[in-house]
Amino acid sequence: MSGCSRILRWAIPLAVVPVLVLLAYGFRTDPREIPSPLVGKPASRFALTAFDGNRVALESLRGQVVVVNFWASWCYPACYEEAPSLERAWQTYKDRGVVVVGVNFQDKDEPAKRFLTQFGHTFPNAPDPSGRVSVDYGVYGVPETYFIDRKGRARFKRVGPVSDELLKQQIEPLLAEGA
Amino acid sequence: MSRFAVLAVVVLAAGARAAAPVSEETVHEVAAQLRCVVCQSLSVADSPSETAHQMQAIIRERLAAGESPEQVKAYFVERYGTWILLSPPRQGFNLVVWVVPFAGLGAGLVLVLVLVRRWSRRPAPAAEGPRPDAAMRERILRETAEREP
Repeated sequence: MSGCSRILRWAIPLAVVPVLVLLAYGFRTDPREIPSPLVGKPASRFALTAFDGNRVALESLRGQVVVVNFWASWCYPACYEEAPSLERAWQTYKDRGVVVVGVNFQDKDEPAKRFLTQFGHTFPNAPDPSGRVSVDYGVYGVPETYFIDRKGRARFKRVGPVSDELLKQQIEPLLAEGA
Repeated sequence: MSRFAVLAVVVLAAGARAAAPVSEETVHEVAAQLRCVVCQSLSVADSPSETAHQMQAIIRERLAAGESPEQVKAYFVERYGTWILLSPPRQGFNLVVWVVPFAGLGAGLVLVLVLVRRWSRRPAPAAEGPRPDAAMRERILRETAEREP
């Protein structure tokens, strides 16, 4: 047979290779893990009214390490898993210049307040009724947690529940940086 | 005085821009290009979710403030990355999505052309035999006549 058909005989099975490579790459990446373009940039300012009526504004927390946690009472089990860790971190670090702020995402007042009572959360917690803050932080699902340094820059974003280890691991270096 | 006039014009212009009515068509057009962040493969325009409604409100508000549809999209891309766009931007690795289908189609057409040309060029089968001579012709006629009733 001619050289042309010999090439064709190889070319057709070989054409499968790039497809397989693409599939192998595609199946290895987690489509739910979306890199946030906000990490490394100044965190968006926000001012919300907390469940207890107090004002929570990022501006007033400048100079402190801020942990902003987006959560919802309907977010089971992830938000329930991380809830005790958040309160523990708040208790451990509140006197060392760390503020934990909860932002309630797409929730109703009653179940949200019940959640806070259930876990005895004492850190500032506010609903985001218009969804502005959540969009400003590029939230696409709860729980999501941002770690903001003393200069007001978003330094790390965690999608999914946080643990005691992760909180410590992220907070300690930001504290060590100084103002 | 002229400085005040300029200021007045600027303020009026800004006021006029802010007050410009936003057509729902434009809101829909932008919303249709953005991914509803809490959904699976739904645009902000198509999703009935609370989040999508809030995103539409943000789109409407930003358009009303005088931003162009492109600027509004850029606002979301800044926060969510290009993931928020339902059709991937035509650059970098994403080009694969735009180029491969057409390249595949082209390659297929070329393959078909090559094969068709090769098949049509193949020599016609069975060359003609020798032409019958006078004796043969006579024999054929005779035998045909014999068979006919």
